[in-house]
Amino acid sequence: METLWYLIVAFMLTAYVVFDGFDLGAGVVHLLIAKTSDERKLVLKSIGPVWDGNEVWLLAAGGSLYMAFPLLYASSFSGFYLPLMILLWLLIFRACGIEFRSHINNPLWQQFFDVVFSISSLLIILFCGAALGNVIRGVELDKNGYFFAPLWTNFRVGNNPGIIDWYTLLTGLLAIITLTMHGCLYVALKTQDTINLRAKKLVKSIWLIQVFLSIVCLFATLSIRPEILGNYKAHIWSIVFPILVVLSLVGILLFLKKDNELLAFLSSVLYIIAMLGGVAFGLYPNVLPAINRENSLTIYNTAAGSYSLQVGFTWWLLGFILVTIYFIYVYWHFAGKVTITNDEH
Amino acid sequence: MDNSLLFHRLHFSFTITFHYLFPQLTMGLALLIVIFKTLAVWKKVDSYNAAARFWAKIFAINFAMGVVTGIPMEFQFGTNWAKFSKAVGGVIGQTLAMEGLFAFFLESSFLGLFLYGEKRLKPIVHWLSSVLVFLGSWLSAYFIIITDAWMQHPVGFIRLADGTFQLNSLSEFLLNPWGLWQYLHNMGGAVITASFVMASVGAFYLLNNKHIEQAKNFIKIGVLVGTVCTMLQIFPTGDQQGKMTAIHQPATLAAMEALFDTENGAPLVLVGQPNIAEQKLDNPIVIPKMLSFLTYQRWNAQIKGLKDFPKDQLPDNIPLLYYSYHIMVGLGTIFVAIMFLSAFLLWRGKLFESRWMLWILMLSFPFPYIANTAGWLTAELGRQPWLVYGLLRTSEGYSTNVSTGNTLFTLIGFMGLYLVLGILFLFFIWQEIEKGPMEEGK
Repeated sequence: METLWYLIVAFMLTAYVVFDGFDLGAGVVHLLIAKTSDERKLVLKSIGPVWDGNEVWLLAAGGSLYMAFPLLYASSFSGFYLPLMILLWLLIFRACGIEFRSHINNPLWQQFFDVVFSISSLLIILFCGAALGNVIRGVELDKNGYFFAPLWTNFRVGNNPGIIDWYTLLTGLLAIITLTMHGCLYVALKTQDTINLRAKKLVKSIWLIQVFLSIVCLFATLSIRPEILGNYKAHIWSIVFPILVVLSLVGILLFLKKDNELLAFLSSVLYIIAMLGGVAFGLYPNVLPAINRENSLTIYNTAAGSYSLQVGFTWWLLGFILVTIYFIYVYWHFAGKVTITNDEH
Repeated sequence: MDNSLLFHRLHFSFTITFHYLFPQLTMGLALLIVIFKTLAVWKKVDSYNAAARFWAKIFAINFAMGVVTGIPMEFQFGTNWAKFSKAVGGVIGQTLAMEGLFAFFLESSFLGLFLYGEKRLKPIVHWLSSVLVFLGSWLSAYFIIITDAWMQHPVGFIRLADGTFQLNSLSEFLLNPWGLWQYLHNMGGAVITASFVMASVGAFYLLNNKHIEQAKNFIKIGVLVGTVCTMLQIFPTGDQQGKMTAIHQPATLAAMEALFDTENGAPLVLVGQPNIAEQKLDNPIVIPKMLSFLTYQRWNAQIKGLKDFPKDQLPDNIPLLYYSYHIMVGLGTIFVAIMFLSAFLLWRGKLFESRWMLWILMLSFPFPYIANTAGWLTAELGRQPWLVYGLLRTSEGYSTNVSTGNTLFTLIGFMGLYLVLGILFLFFIWQEIEKGPMEEGK
């Protein structure tokens, strides 16, 4: 049951990255690929009806984590106190940037909100990427499963690391490039003409960086956490994760050259799934490794009671079916390219 | 002196108080928008659609504020109240996870459709999306109230040797009798806020001689719904909550009423200031024996006073609890008067000409916000000194690994940020009200 919930939470977090990832990424490139006020309006319009629902994945994943692994939630949220609070403020800024922009007609303030939206999107991705880096690297957990991480110490991994060190900065950077590309592909899918072309051009120019960073991150991870290979050696089928990563990277470029925007975007989705799936597979059954290995939090020492997990699974299935229906309906309804004229809100 | 506990409490109470200014309007407004959309579909009158469209804009701004100030609430369970979360996550994790999965997705998905899709959707589908937004926001409230109700009156759980609480009956937990009444009382409060706000905007337009047709729609719906809800708020929902408090939290009842001595035939306090040092009520105006009667339907029933409870079982801020409760009840009574008077004038066809009454309606909108806030203060201060009533103390629940300085830093950060947010919010709401409802499509 613990394993099942590990899969569910990992799945929901991945869904968050896949869905909110594209609107965060659209935020990063907002200023780059859309220059005029109308163009920027169009980018916002492409994410307008869905970004809020996408962000709900974060809340829902958080809720499920809280339900299934209370100690993990308690420990990681209090230990990562400062970065989480900053993340919250950034999320607030970003939502203001998106929502309030449409309520104001002054071009100067519109520019202001565009910049707020873009910078907060960038920093949110950086923080989330660094957070994942922290989980892979491990933190200074005590015997009771608590810790408190400073924002930075000496930027080195090893004893008493901060939230930001060279490794987590690297994962943060990879996250930025990945989601920038993801966002570009989504914008390309939803728009025409100038923005569409600019978005595609940007993807082509950062594709190599993406490949390079993926490789660097792989070796960095293996050097600071070699035991992540344990699960891979034990189960030969897991070779599918790296294969999918390679295939999806190739797919992005290939489909883009063939002007198949949908498949290029889906390749990017696959890339995210394969990367995060690969990490989740490597960490299992750890959920928050400790620098001092025996204090590590695992799915077993953090899980809620078995009745909670079982009854929770029953309603989770029902809820998940409903969510799938809503998402299919909403995305189907808003399918197609956005243009500036059709129904203003 | 270590202020950690104090700062963590202020952190949560400040952010939750600010947060709840927004959902109370959206939840109430969701119902009123459904009423407008239903009237539009049923009577085929387009002005109801225009009304719904106008209020949907107000709704959207409030909803965005509710979302951005709501995410910190979920986070704070872990960041500031780690020990509490570790102990009770096995129980209340259920409702918090359900809220995400069943309510938020429903609400946000269909709000997108409702706001952006009117021209593309068939009228009946657009109506349906307003109903689903309403359903989502009311479900969300149910899960949160059940979470709070469990802290007020824990049911359906076992406590393990390691001190953690684990669920053992989902149905008992979800159908907590405390939660059912609390839910109705809370939702009544939300609808009251929305109906006052709606009537107030209507009165503002009418007094300004603008948007006459819509102004009358707003006032009519606001006053009719408000009349029903202000009444239900006192009886039965408020009444039932009081009775449950008397049974399950007698110390809280004594503190709410500032009843220091145990009495047969306890009075109901209308006015007075609790004097904790001398253990008495200053300047009292009371209705003799009324509290006993309201609580037990017997004039001479005994109600236990504060002096007869152990000190460590009493709420730690009795005056604030007492004032919150009396402000809520006082305002609730005034609301009934305002709404009944307006409804009477409406029935006689004189409301739209009675400028004095329109002035009262226009100026009354802040007070339901105060009453709702005071009500929540009553519930949560009344729960002290416990996080889980009678079982887990507030002092045992906060994150001891987060230093006092960090908590103060983020508390100040939230205060500054929310001040800016609040100003922006008022500006944008004012702008929408100035623009007013569009008569024809746009």
